[in-house]
Amino acid sequence: MYEHLETAKNKDNLKRVVIDPVSRVEGHGKVTLLLDENNKVQQARLHIVEFRGFEKFIQGRPYWELPVLVQRLCGICPVSHHLAAAKAIDQLVGVDPENLPTSATKLRKLLHFGQVLQSHALHFFHLSSPDLLFGFESEIQKRSIVAVLNDFPDIGLQGVKLRKYGQEVIRMVSGKRIHGTGAIAGGMNKALSKEERDYLLTDIDQIIAWAVASVQLVKKVHRSNLPYYDHFGTIRSNYLGMVQPDGALELYHGGLRVKDAQGETLFDHIDYCQYSDYIHEEVRSWSYMKFPYLTSLGKEDGWYRVGPLARVNNCDYINTPIAERERVEFKAHSGEAMVHSTLAFHWARLIELLHCAESIKTLLNDADVLRHDEPVKGERRFEGIGVIEATRGTLFHHYQVDENDIVTKANLIVSTTSNNMGMNESVRQVAAEYLSGQELTEPLLNNLEVAIRAYDPCLSCATHAVGKMPLQLELVNSKGDIIDKLVKHDTGHIERIQ
Amino acid sequence: MTKPVLVFGYGNESRGDDALGVLILNYIETHFLLERIDLLTDFQLQIEHALDLEKRELVLFVDASVKSEIIFEFTQLKPLRDNSFTTHAISPASVLDVYQTMKKTEPPPCFLLAIGAESFELGEGLSDNARRNFAHATKFIDDLLNNLTIDYWQMQCR
Repeated sequence: MYEHLETAKNKDNLKRVVIDPVSRVEGHGKVTLLLDENNKVQQARLHIVEFRGFEKFIQGRPYWELPVLVQRLCGICPVSHHLAAAKAIDQLVGVDPENLPTSATKLRKLLHFGQVLQSHALHFFHLSSPDLLFGFESEIQKRSIVAVLNDFPDIGLQGVKLRKYGQEVIRMVSGKRIHGTGAIAGGMNKALSKEERDYLLTDIDQIIAWAVASVQLVKKVHRSNLPYYDHFGTIRSNYLGMVQPDGALELYHGGLRVKDAQGETLFDHIDYCQYSDYIHEEVRSWSYMKFPYLTSLGKEDGWYRVGPLARVNNCDYINTPIAERERVEFKAHSGEAMVHSTLAFHWARLIELLHCAESIKTLLNDADVLRHDEPVKGERRFEGIGVIEATRGTLFHHYQVDENDIVTKANLIVSTTSNNMGMNESVRQVAAEYLSGQELTEPLLNNLEVAIRAYDPCLSCATHAVGKMPLQLELVNSKGDIIDKLVKHDTGHIERIQ
Repeated sequence: MTKPVLVFGYGNESRGDDALGVLILNYIETHFLLERIDLLTDFQLQIEHALDLEKRELVLFVDASVKSEIIFEFTQLKPLRDNSFTTHAISPASVLDVYQTMKKTEPPPCFLLAIGAESFELGEGLSDNARRNFAHATKFIDDLLNNLTIDYWQMQCR
């Protein structure tokens, strides 16, 4: 592994390179490299430079506001937060998942499949396909969905329409594309109307066909240079994800499973309400993002990865036929029990996208999604925990409320936090094996971003506002003087500032 | 049924002045008959929003601007392939560029109302300046939506 590159032994006379912010990830990330006089990398870190303050935002609010409130934590995965919060407040009104009305469970799953489908489509087609189709060191003008639309119009259009379809599923189930109030404590606000169901069914076979094509595309790209794709940014890790009682892939509700790098099961079917017995979070001085680890393995060995790679690795099978065929092929390709390639996140992500498309069709043909059952209630509780497999990995929402229904304590572990150590390790692997000793250039530095992007990190929330997100590269000498600086402007123009 | 005019206010209501785009939509909803106007909101702009421009005669994007010194700016947009393609949120000009690339035709006339903003912290309300700018912007919106022609909108560009 590459932990030795987390902190340089002697920082004197090292040059410092900063990529700030990392582009094509959500939020504000920064990579710093310390180089010696021969440009050998001595230290590499991915920093998260924005403090979120989620818990403070949530505390003091009445619990029933949570499913809507938490959507505003993130402009990319509002539905994931919405559903995790809804599961937590189900518990506050005394309802466990098995007691939720069947129709509500199925509608929530449909909503979740829509979210994961659109988010995976965005990540692959918009953010990653330019790297994969044009090369990691391609000219900067090529690194966009518009370049894909120009050079590969069918692929680009499929990406846009897959994304749109997922958004339409969300809109139909929750009433609005965002800010919807689909899930409420103990149930759902509304069912699908027959017209809404029929509208979504119209295109679903085309969506599945495009999803199949996207898996074939990523497989082709990955196999076009198998040794490189299997090695780039690759690290061996533990994996955490949710599974059904029979071991099938599960995105909405199940037990937690952890496998180690050899594929041995460390924990299985853990009730997620006991998560704090298994997972602790470490704080490191140089990043706002915590470093979670499995308590029983300790800080050094207990870090793990989550998300599509973890889920497809961990499950015994996928309960939709085409995605299952692809999973079998995916697992077989590496010749190991677990697939560790960081770039295989893309492949696993599209297998999940296909699973979502197939599952949406199944649910749309299930009469239960047309039925509205009144929300149920049980005995009032003062603590609720909701966990789902969000697009980027396992998402934990944990709340305590007082007798006036006000949230007194909130703890969230978002997926990207769980991948913090994995992303740092991948950055160090790429820095050590692909950059060390070379003169740094912007295309070369894009390699670091490619490794980070594979995780689809969501480092911040939905603030955007016109005019943000420039990219700066700075080369700083040991005295702290900037000796070279590149600025990428909003127009895409790159300026060298002496 | 797609209406000829689209007003697309975007931003996050829980992040201080970032709420301005959404608040303008709320204002329109309560002050105008919406026979010819569709309202659309999202946290941020993305590639699929290009499809929302189809069959429109006029499109107005409304957003908070990080130019805190302005009250608001009103400009006509041209398709532009800018750096915003490298993020999860793309610029309105980029949405037009996606449209043009996808449809092989020019997008409908699109305008941006960018309202001066200064604070974007989670859980904050509007800043005093944003509140003042919002009041000015609503008067401008009144005028704009009572004159739904491209010529009139072009004359208002500033």
